[in-house]
Amino acid sequence: MSFSPDINDFVIKLANVNGTGSSSANGLLMKAIFRMGVPVVGKNVFPSNIQGLPTWYEIRVTGEGHMARSGTVDMMVAMNANTYARDIAALSPGGILLYDSTWPRQHVLSRADVTVLGVPFAQMCNEAFSAARSRVLMKNMAYVGTVAALLDIDPDVVRELVREMFAAKPKLIDLNMQAISLGYEYAKANFACPLDFRVEKLNKTVGKIMIEGNAAAGLGCVYAGATVGAWYPITPSTSLMDGFKAWCEELRVDKETGEHNYCIIQAEDELAAIGMVLGASWNGARAFTPTSGPGISLMSEFIGFAYYAEVPLVLFDVQRVGPSTGMPTRTQQGDVQMCAYASHGDTRHMLLFPAHPGECFSLAVDAFDIAERYQTPVFVLSDIDIGMNDWMVDELEWDDARRPDRGKVYSAADLEKMDKFYRYRDVDGDGIPYRTIPGTHPKGAYFTRGSGHNADGAYTENEAEYQEVLDRLKRKWENAAEHLPPPITHTAKGGKARFGIIAYGSSDGAVMEACAKMAKEGIHVDYMRIRSFPFSQEVSQFVDAHEQVFVIEQNRDAQMRGLLLLETELPREKLVPVLHYSGEPLASHFVHREISALVNAASQKEESA
Amino acid sequence: MTSFAKPSINLKNAKRNKLGLTRRDYEGAMSTLCAGCGHDSVTACMAKAFFELSIEPHRAVKVSGIGCSSKTTAYFLSEAHGNNTVHGRMPSVATGAAAANTELTYIGVSGDGDSLSIGLGQFAHAIRRNVNMLYVLENNGVYGLTKGQFSASSDIGSRSKKGEENLSPPIDPVSLGLSLGATFVARGFSGDRAQLVPLIKAGLKHNGFALIDIVSPCVSFNDHKGSTKSYAHTFQYYHPAVHADYVPMADDIKTSYEDGEAVPVELHDGGMIMLRKLDKDYDPQDRAAAYAQVAKRAAKGEIITGLLYVDESQKDMAAMNKMTATPLNALPYESLCPGAASLADLQNRYR
Ligand SMILES: Cc1ncc(C[n+]2csc(CCOP(=O)(O)OP(=O)(O)O)c2C)c(N)n1
Ligand code: SF4
Ligand SMILES: [Mg+2]
Repeated sequence: MSFSPDINDFVIKLANVNGTGSSSANGLLMKAIFRMGVPVVGKNVFPSNIQGLPTWYEIRVTGEGHMARSGTVDMMVAMNANTYARDIAALSPGGILLYDSTWPRQHVLSRADVTVLGVPFAQMCNEAFSAARSRVLMKNMAYVGTVAALLDIDPDVVRELVREMFAAKPKLIDLNMQAISLGYEYAKANFACPLDFRVEKLNKTVGKIMIEGNAAAGLGCVYAGATVGAWYPITPSTSLMDGFKAWCEELRVDKETGEHNYCIIQAEDELAAIGMVLGASWNGARAFTPTSGPGISLMSEFIGFAYYAEVPLVLFDVQRVGPSTGMPTRTQQGDVQMCAYASHGDTRHMLLFPAHPGECFSLAVDAFDIAERYQTPVFVLSDIDIGMNDWMVDELEWDDARRPDRGKVYSAADLEKMDKFYRYRDVDGDGIPYRTIPGTHPKGAYFTRGSGHNADGAYTENEAEYQEVLDRLKRKWENAAEHLPPPITHTAKGGKARFGIIAYGSSDGAVMEACAKMAKEGIHVDYMRIRSFPFSQEVSQFVDAHEQVFVIEQNRDAQMRGLLLLETELPREKLVPVLHYSGEPLASHFVHREISALVNAASQKEESA
Repeated sequence: MTSFAKPSINLKNAKRNKLGLTRRDYEGAMSTLCAGCGHDSVTACMAKAFFELSIEPHRAVKVSGIGCSSKTTAYFLSEAHGNNTVHGRMPSVATGAAAANTELTYIGVSGDGDSLSIGLGQFAHAIRRNVNMLYVLENNGVYGLTKGQFSASSDIGSRSKKGEENLSPPIDPVSLGLSLGATFVARGFSGDRAQLVPLIKAGLKHNGFALIDIVSPCVSFNDHKGSTKSYAHTFQYYHPAVHADYVPMADDIKTSYEDGEAVPVELHDGGMIMLRKLDKDYDPQDRAAAYAQVAKRAAKGEIITGLLYVDESQKDMAAMNKMTATPLNALPYESLCPGAASLADLQNRYR
């Protein structure tokens, strides 16, 4: 897939030093393009560090509205001398390199096939500003000005954004605007502005928002009616609870009394966080915990307990690179199998895979319904890419008629009418028992235990009684498969594609773009995006209908493929792994290259046979 | 087996509480602990305390960890929900449950292994949060259920049944509670019901985290000569310092107490805890002094008991979190979901 930069179709990458205030400047730049009606994709690659290590921000300007990284870089804003060498190497031929020319140009900054533009950002800011901290911060705003001039970004839009950004500190508006002007004017005076590739106003962002998955998921928890959140801080899930908290402070605090309609508990560790969720949920509140892989490892014992004792749990796993603490600020889909089978004994758990922040919102709401309907843990498997990057998505929608599905819960009136309540009996034949909430009625009491219990909810060490419960749990699970968010299938033109792709979560944007591009080149591939586990019949049918299916995922060990092989009767050789696990968000370039090669290889093999 | 259904016998002339319930209504399944186990005495005291306080059994919630002690929540209040969680993690489940509904009475039952080893972190943090619950630690100095290993509360020099000597210093839940800011710290003995029942009642009525460390001997693995948690040893070194009675609002305090004999502590429900000093040097309302006294007695090998510290003025978890008075699990969905119009509105910041 070759990308050549064009109007509204190019990538800028900004290389900065962590902790210098660059991320708000970069966000401003992206937002300005979005406000001009042009779709954007933003990716923040940051280190596990507060100050000093390199960080990158990538902005893809995509008039066509693609949802992923392309994999190329057309303009590099190199503000970190320590990474000059790799930053210039990353630039596509014909690209533009912008750097701070305050200091003599380093030899690494030369490449015959790119245009090098130097602006004395530090020098300009040192002359214009006196405070040491503003000199550092304003350098960022100065390059925003230069980039705006080069790319023809509307200065009015930039000014408006600055005004909004510093609405609470009006003094800073002028300061920042001054810095932006320095960069802007310098570019106008010294370079041919605008460049050939630049931003041109469109109206393709109507009805769209730019939001991070974690903020959207936190909002989903509010809309689901969650009242208890327990967590232990871990990147990249922290901002999900920060989001929930901010939404609650805005929407759930009584204006007169200051009383809260919620309780957020920062636990001492993830073991406690999940215990709190379990206690709250068992006691009838909607409760959740956001975490990442290392947290799930710690929560495992409780997760098994909840599965067997049938307590609803909602967990958000914003996946990051593992194993262990890995590269904690890079993305991966590495927890699929761990979550599917978390804990000891015969346990299996429902998984939901949002592909973007819009689904973080909607699947968050669904997760509570599913957890309570099936009285079991439900994992929403997001990742850093979705959780912590701003994505352009359709405006979130809500149906005021929607009511939570609290599942099978006996009320005081129900209990009053009955002789005796038995916690784990399969009354309706669907494998789902009825539960009661503590305090409801004297007849509602039962003793919850992780150890052997029979259908009546009493302790047992009787083999047959124990097995009866386990078998019912399996039936409950199997019945759920067709009632979870279904896969989404995109059938290639002509409807007779020999090959298929299966992907999930944050891979979606890259796969969609690569499929569209391949279709133009004459390669037609069907694509199914899995959105939940257990798998519905549709998944096997999709694989059955193709000669080969490429399973694209962001981990080394082909975890989804493994899950498919374990949970279905599909033949191994039909499922071909396509794996990306560097920690960078998946690029459409990669998918296009890999799938085209696989399809071509399969076709050639056939010809020679 | 952990539990058998108990035959229900109708006692015609049984004493009834304010709800018209009898002691039987506060019992649970039949215990499967060893005959003579201290934990069974504690269970009986729990049932008695609830009966005397006229708490509706189904408005109580019992949570426990894992161990012989933790099993006992099945043996009282069969009309209350119970949650026999996982080893050492009961405090977190209690915390979450208490967050979901502030109107029920929460009781946690744990052991010294459950609370002081695997669960030390959760135990400490539940104290810090001042979760509104009664926390009963049935302390026998061993792991009963796994057959007699030393626990973290074993004293230096105490010997196991096999003759092994414990060399590590003990973790004392009372000192720990005092140092962590616990708002109600008591110690009892399963062999002294007259002291224990009122302590449990006071603990149930305390607003906040009420810790009762109860020496509760394990007859199978830690009741021999050389053990500092045996019945004999405990009786010998037992030192009651402060007696506590719970007095409900309606009762006339004057009739049962002579002036100056007892110090009243006012409770949130309008009732009182009457503190009666048995040791005149002891002040259960001065944390630092209490801590010093507890340490002094421990150094002498004495087992100081009673209501050792109480502070009714601290905010509990619900208050610290500014939670509404309505239980969170009873809030109507309409009051929790901001609706479509708000959603459209709040997204302006993302445009
Ligand atoms: C994760 C885990 N590790 C170990 C065990 C085994 N185990 C069960 S009870 C127990 C010790 C209980 O001791 P204590 O809390 O003092 O209770 P007691 O039986 O003495 O009353 C242990 C280690 C377990 N159930 N779970
Ligand atoms: S082993 Fe010890 S603690 Fe357990 S029931 Fe027997 S006496 Fe009680
Ligand atoms: Mg013990």
